[in-house]
Amino acid sequence: MSQAHEASLTEHGGHGDDHAHDHHPFHQHHFATMEQQFDASKIGMWLFLATEILLFGGLFVGFGIMQSKHSAAFIAGHHHLDWQMGALNTCFLLISSFTMVMAVWAASNNRNGNKQGILVTNLLLTLGFAGGFMVVKYFEYSHKIHDGLLPGKFFHYTGPDLVPNMFVFFSFYFMMTGLHGFHVLGGMGAITYLIIRSLKGDYTSDYFTPVDLIGLYWHLVDLIWIYLFPLLYLIS
Amino acid sequence: MADVIASPAVHTADHGHHADYLSDPEHKGIWSWMNTVDHKRLGVMYLWCVLAAFFVGGLFALLVRLELMHPGEDFMNAEQYNQAFTLHGAIMVFLFIIPSIPAALGNFILPLMLGAKDVAFPRLNLASFWVYVTGAIMAVTSIVVGGVDTGWTFYTPYSTSTGGAVTMMTMSVFVLGFSSIFTGINFVATVHKLRAPGMGWFQLPLFVWGIYATAIIQVLATPVLGITMVLLVMERAFNIGIFDAQIGGDPVLFQHFFWFYSHPAVYIMILPGMAIISEIIPTFSRRTIFGYRLIALSSVAIALIGFLVWGHHMFTSGESALAASIFSFLTFLVAIPSGIKVFNWIATMYKASISLDTPMLYATSFLLLFGIGGLTGIFLGALSVDIHLHDTYFVVAHFHYVMMGGTVIAFLGGLHYWWPKMFGRMYNESVGKIACGLVFIGFNMTFLTQFFMGSQGMPRRYYTYLDQFQPLHQFSTFGSWVLGAGLMIAAVNLMGALRGPKNAPANPWGGTTLEWQTQSPPITHNFVGQPSIEHNPYDYRNFKVPSDAV
Amino acid sequence: MNTWLRNLFLPNPASIKAEGVDDLFMFILWLNILFFLLIAGLVVLFCIQYKRKSATQKTAHIEHNTALELTWTILPLVLCLVVFFWGFNTYMQASVAPDGAMEIQVTAKKWIWSFGYPDGSVAIGKLWVPANKPVRLIMHSEDVLHAFYVPGFRIKQDVLPNRYTETWFHATEVGDYVIPCTEYCGKGHSEMKAVVKVVSQQDYEKFLEEGDPDEKGLPPEKLGASLYVNLGCSTCHSIDGSKGQGPSWKGIYAQQHKMIDGKSFEVDENYIRTSILQPQSMIVEGYQGIMPSYQGQIRERQLVALIAYIKSLK
Ligand code: HEA
Ligand code: HEA
Ligand code: HEC
Ligand code: CUA
Ligand SMILES: [Cu+2]
Repeated sequence: MSQAHEASLTEHGGHGDDHAHDHHPFHQHHFATMEQQFDASKIGMWLFLATEILLFGGLFVGFGIMQSKHSAAFIAGHHHLDWQMGALNTCFLLISSFTMVMAVWAASNNRNGNKQGILVTNLLLTLGFAGGFMVVKYFEYSHKIHDGLLPGKFFHYTGPDLVPNMFVFFSFYFMMTGLHGFHVLGGMGAITYLIIRSLKGDYTSDYFTPVDLIGLYWHLVDLIWIYLFPLLYLIS
Repeated sequence: MADVIASPAVHTADHGHHADYLSDPEHKGIWSWMNTVDHKRLGVMYLWCVLAAFFVGGLFALLVRLELMHPGEDFMNAEQYNQAFTLHGAIMVFLFIIPSIPAALGNFILPLMLGAKDVAFPRLNLASFWVYVTGAIMAVTSIVVGGVDTGWTFYTPYSTSTGGAVTMMTMSVFVLGFSSIFTGINFVATVHKLRAPGMGWFQLPLFVWGIYATAIIQVLATPVLGITMVLLVMERAFNIGIFDAQIGGDPVLFQHFFWFYSHPAVYIMILPGMAIISEIIPTFSRRTIFGYRLIALSSVAIALIGFLVWGHHMFTSGESALAASIFSFLTFLVAIPSGIKVFNWIATMYKASISLDTPMLYATSFLLLFGIGGLTGIFLGALSVDIHLHDTYFVVAHFHYVMMGGTVIAFLGGLHYWWPKMFGRMYNESVGKIACGLVFIGFNMTFLTQFFMGSQGMPRRYYTYLDQFQPLHQFSTFGSWVLGAGLMIAAVNLMGALRGPKNAPANPWGGTTLEWQTQSPPITHNFVGQPSIEHNPYDYRNFKVPSDAV
Repeated sequence: MNTWLRNLFLPNPASIKAEGVDDLFMFILWLNILFFLLIAGLVVLFCIQYKRKSATQKTAHIEHNTALELTWTILPLVLCLVVFFWGFNTYMQASVAPDGAMEIQVTAKKWIWSFGYPDGSVAIGKLWVPANKPVRLIMHSEDVLHAFYVPGFRIKQDVLPNRYTETWFHATEVGDYVIPCTEYCGKGHSEMKAVVKVVSQQDYEKFLEEGDPDEKGLPPEKLGASLYVNLGCSTCHSIDGSKGQGPSWKGIYAQQHKMIDGKSFEVDENYIRTSILQPQSMIVEGYQGIMPSYQGQIRERQLVALIAYIKSLK
């Protein structure tokens, strides 16, 4: 983005020269103030989260309708999920949400680098718990794959409790947790980016928009899991 | 309303001429376009893309009409015909009409109208463009590698069982959806945060209100289309068992998902068209708009109620009588705000000073054609009548009147209105009017006939038909040629102007909104200094017509 | 004027539902015409009357007018409510078949309609019904969506693969009425047609006893020619040598045909017979096994007639 010739252009303007104050390095030229820039980003993020909710919303509605259609199959299917694993993952995500809050707090109070350590530590913790979540998912998935409890036409489970249309449950299980898993992975990428930039000292109380926004995103990922967990693991 | 104001178009004169965004020496060469974050350049690039899509979609339409000259097989067999109308519909909807006004004209004009330097997220805007291009390439690939014959509605279980490149096409729709979402997010944030100092919500030009309401629908409805397309692809690829009746799924569920997006999408199509009309009419009437607040709020009302009526596409699908009744009832409610707008526009022309330049000619055509299109929606909303009319040419005629006669006519009006601003050149006014006339006549020849055929029982998506319909079909085909000729002339006129000198004044029509306060074409940063908001838009009491206005 | 418009837009009403629908249709049509004339009239009038006289002409500054705005909010609202209730009423009255209606099972598959009668007989492509009796149709599809539409009766209902849907009618006039399929179903969609044959009660009873009177007394070849259309063979098979969904019938008799499994057969009476009754057992090279089986839906006499017809196509 070309902030360079910005100054020269505003010179021409007779009025409205509110660019007189000095430029923060991350200030984009089309915003009048840092505050305006922050608010705009925040609105953008909330809108993005709304689209995420609707995206998952479609799957939730589909799940609800299929469940009422094949309720026996869904109940039989959910017995193959390990609720303890699910609960463990719920804990991981809840704690990681907390560490994320801490990170945002640290960033927003980071004056002259006094909260730098807290910021980085909490981001690392968040990343760690997210990683833990993925490890647990890995064990759950490999167990299902081993049993042939797979979506759609790949379903080849033959155990005694086989119920017609059980594959539909696993179609939804894999689509929903899979989509959620991708979001966790995406979040891990984003948090890694935050860690790198925090280490460079980019985030201070004057500018911590990315930490704030990715924090919001991370809470949403957490929240979706809070709905997925009872829906998939605890139906009855 | 606060005291009105206009201190128009004088600023530019004070400051002499600056290099404009097209010829800015700091941004030269192809690469500077490919990775530009300037909303004006992105708007222009979008414009070329949607016009190309319109052209390709139009060619398919002409082929469809040609095949329908006679009953029986003329030059396409059933399979080719099915692909032709599917591609016509899909290209027109997903590649042309949805991005057309918001992404092309909206991108260019909206920040100018707000007195902003750019949209809130310029890089997201760039991403939106390239995502669109990716989606378009995927759509073209799917045509090349096998074609698609599902209809633009992709109804299951046909779409899960037919061959061809359906998977590629649905993925392309998925990708295009993201582009639309990005645009929507950008505009909402821009309108909230980047208004010039002093510009309150009720000082926004109505174009901005319309695009804002559209953006809300884009953000809230498109993700559902996205997940629907994913489920469809999954069903095709892995038989997940949600839509396919053979394995326990529910094909009608797909229709609910699809229309939950696609009905709001028809308002994504029309609201920007209405937004343009709300600009053109006051400018060429030189009169303040009648009922500003009602027009502004009715856009939002349409956007919100529009989410609740999707079931009116499914009256014959086997949905329950209760559901059908509720959907029918709500359908009538959405008609009211549209009516308010139509009458407010007409009232704006009362005691005005009307000049029928090309954009205004399109705006008046819009009033008549959208009127017919909207009013015929009333037939379709009425339960027992829709049972008879559903999936006949009556529906085809209805939606062409609103989409082609409404949105596309408004889009053409907008192009002629802002062309001088965008490119700094005036087109030939007489040729513009002739083209508009031909489009109007050709359009009515093509589609008025289809109302009669439809209610007489001519089903849609038929490549052959009973002999009794031949005269009307033939007449309709002739009409499509007149229409095509009119559009061609308009295109040659506009494109031809680009080769001439930059002769457009800053404010050729005497408009009061902010985009007319900067030079034509605008400089890279839009305004020299911060434009002043001393008046509500459309206030002509103290307006001084610039001496070089046409 | 009203009758003229009615005939311009609507086919002859031939069922008791049609009247109610048509009255509402005409009401909305007049409403449309009225509002269109109002809009067009005002636009044209204003364009003429308030044409710009000079570049600096001043205009009235009218920001709004509450009374007017209320008028054009409330008036359309009231009219819309009228249309809604009227449409709702005619729809509800027509939604449930009266008790004692005669029941017919309708099966749709790509791209033929077949009708199962209470006595167990099945007719393809022709729905024989008595006039002035309510008839209830219970419908399902064997593959994709189709829709059962009779423009003359103003009824339409989608036919679904996973469940039964129903509609009913009460025909008032003897005659033939087309049934076009109106839910897009692929290649043969435009040609997926059947006919409702509304006949008098005597003729209907005669049909039940003796079968289709249209078929009686025709020499086999002629009958075959009409079955070619009525049974839907023409959707897939041409008789002029051009390739369709299935092979053309032109000159196939006594030819050698290769199947996709490499075997080869001579096209004789037996081969044709098996092709019609068990099409999946032998699939001709270069085609897919999409032909539906006609087992149990076609009478011996019809089979013979078809064979004779195919033989006659040189
Ligand atoms: C730009 C797109 C657009 C717009 C704006 C509309 C607007 C409306 N549409 Fe349309 N519609 C489509 C695009 C659009 N539609 C498409 C694409 C399809 C078919 C898709 C497919 O199947 O492929 C369709 C199909 C469709 C159906 C389903 C038909 C069927 O398949 O059986 C219905 C049914 O209710 C319907 C109704 C309406 C109504 C009531 C409005 C209203 O919003 C109109 C409101 C406007 C007015 C009413 C005119 C102005 C008002 C006045 C002048 C005041 C006076 C009015 C009264 C007294 C009533 N439309
Ligand atoms: C935006 C939406 C849009 C637009 C504009 C059009 C435009 C046209 N449509 Fe479209 N149509 C649809 C959307 C649209 N259609 C949809 C969604 C369907 C349903 C598909 C389905 O059933 O699945 C459909 C179906 C449909 C059918 C029914 C097919 C069937 O059911 O069997 C027919 C038949 O007549 C038809 C005809 C036409 C014609 C003649 C035009 C003409 O107006 C086209 C005129 C355009 C041109 C001739 C191109 C010329 C362009 C240029 C020269 C460039 C211009 C550049 C500048 C002015 C700068 N369309
Ligand atoms: C849905 C399409 C379809 C319909 C309807 C249909 N057919 Fe076919 N028919 C085919 C196809 C495809 C083949 C070739 C593949 C095969 O042999 O199954 C075929 C093959 C045949 C053959 C063998 C032809 C040869 O060249 O060897 C005969 C005979 C035949 N059909 C008769 C009929 C008759 C009689 C009817 C109507 C009563 C009919 N078909 C309706 C699709 C159809
Ligand atoms: Cu069957 Cu269309
Ligand atoms: Cu709709």
